[in-house]
Amino acid sequence: MSIEMSQVEHVAELARLQLSREELERLSTQLGRILTYMEEVNAADTGGVPGTASVVGDANVLREDEVQPSLSQDQALSNAPEAVDGLFQVPQIISDR
Amino acid sequence: MSLVKCTLKELQDRFTRGDVSAVEIVRSYFLRISVVESKVKAYITLNDKESMLSQAEALDHALSAWRKTEPMMAMPIAVKDNICTEGLPTTCGSRILGGFVPPYSATAVAALRLQQYFLIGKTNLDEFGMGSSTEYSAFGASRNPWNLSHVPGGSSGGSAAAVAADECVAALGTDTGGSIRQPAACCGVVGLKPTYGRVSRYGLIAFASSLDQIGPITKDVMDAALMLNVLAGHDARDSTSADASVPDFTRVFKKKDVKKLKIGVPLEFFAEGLDEEVYDAVGEALAVLEDLGGTMEEVSLPHTGAAVATYYIVATAEASSNLARYDGVKYGFRTKESPGLPEMYRATRQEGFGPEVKRRIMLGTYALSSGYYDAYYAKAQAVRTLIREDFDRVFRDVDLLVTPVMPTPAFQLGEKIEDPLQMYLSDLYTISASLAGIPAISLPCGFSRKGLPIGMQILGRPFEEDVVLRAARAYELATDWRKKRPRIR
Repeated sequence: MSIEMSQVEHVAELARLQLSREELERLSTQLGRILTYMEEVNAADTGGVPGTASVVGDANVLREDEVQPSLSQDQALSNAPEAVDGLFQVPQIISDR
Repeated sequence: MSLVKCTLKELQDRFTRGDVSAVEIVRSYFLRISVVESKVKAYITLNDKESMLSQAEALDHALSAWRKTEPMMAMPIAVKDNICTEGLPTTCGSRILGGFVPPYSATAVAALRLQQYFLIGKTNLDEFGMGSSTEYSAFGASRNPWNLSHVPGGSSGGSAAAVAADECVAALGTDTGGSIRQPAACCGVVGLKPTYGRVSRYGLIAFASSLDQIGPITKDVMDAALMLNVLAGHDARDSTSADASVPDFTRVFKKKDVKKLKIGVPLEFFAEGLDEEVYDAVGEALAVLEDLGGTMEEVSLPHTGAAVATYYIVATAEASSNLARYDGVKYGFRTKESPGLPEMYRATRQEGFGPEVKRRIMLGTYALSSGYYDAYYAKAQAVRTLIREDFDRVFRDVDLLVTPVMPTPAFQLGEKIEDPLQMYLSDLYTISASLAGIPAISLPCGFSRKGLPIGMQILGRPFEEDVVLRAARAYELATDWRKKRPRIR
């Protein structure tokens, strides 16, 4: 099994990966092989079986909403590729006009 | 005996007695690193020797006035490079975290630091923990100290290699599908994956949040217990952290046998595909445990065959979501020039992630995408329930399970790099415990004819690390495997 090229391109777009043509082609074969293997899960009869998202159960963990010490603005921005005036800076998304 | 050959317990005892100073410890380990690191390549970042020496001098000076020590004081410990260490770069073995210096430390690291341990360096890993050999690290592969043309296993291969090569006294690893246990087996050391929730994940950079656990990689089982004593405990900063009582894990070692313990041998773990040498070594280990008073019973975990597929759906789905945070805005790498924001995201992620991470993001995104969610992700979650129920059922009858850690000894560098599916299948025996969230230890139980270590795995009920450790320690004391050390050449 291999996956349609258009589908690989669609998934790459969802994942925000600008894959090269060569990578797309390789992935269409590799993902196909891996997904064929994934069909092993279908051997199990899961009728009426609830899913496990986490082994610790679904109980909410709540705490009082109190102010706690945390990172300063400078610390939080210290790793940003670009920052200006205490803010993360990104390429312009709204036109000047 | 040379300082660097000491176990954690031996080094603690020598330091507590004042037989060795903190400065001597730092000097010895940096000397050892200068001799072997160029061959083993266990570290991505080494801590600064001079600043560690002044730290050690200050500690020695303080202790000369009033000698009061903590267990981890002055112990040179390595930390896998996906665990945040304040002030020291943390890369996850990825280009995308280039330049990232965490402004805080993980809870596990903070617990060690509270006892004034020495962070000797950050160890190599497959990018974001995704791999079984360290070959997927953006910084190049680490080597197996027993044979430099073989992989050290992964993803915590740097930590396992550093411990085996005496480049640290103990290390932190992380385990999502076997990433502590499998490299420990490859390198002939001990690796413990605690129960999910036993050790806080705060500051562990997420791969698959419902599976990730921090745990120790050590020279013997006693050391694993000493490390777990420091790491275990509830943390309000991790909502999945368990509020379970934490015993002194070394206390169980008063018993040197496994009398009254029922040990299950799951037949699915000894089936087709298991290397003969591994089969024999684990079989002999079972005989030793029986001699020590354990009762053996064959058991069945019928959904084992679906575990690898289930894991690679669940783990990649969670990874695709967790790794969405790498957008070139908040930290790490950003592509040079882009006309706009969406282009910047796509180019940054394309240039920053390596091939295996991209493959897994693609797989996970596919499994979660509209039209496929039920067939893959929801189905895998249901199978995960069945796998957990298999364990619940056998643990009503037996106290422990014993299995191999991996189907073969460490493979050669380059052997599986072009075949992702074969790489995934090498995680066959470690994945089930991850899906079920139960504790499991890997410890040496022999060597192949080529001289590569072979590991056995002991699995226990949730939060029964003490029972797992007791059996592992009894086995370790009854055998001599841990005394054999690699000659690095």
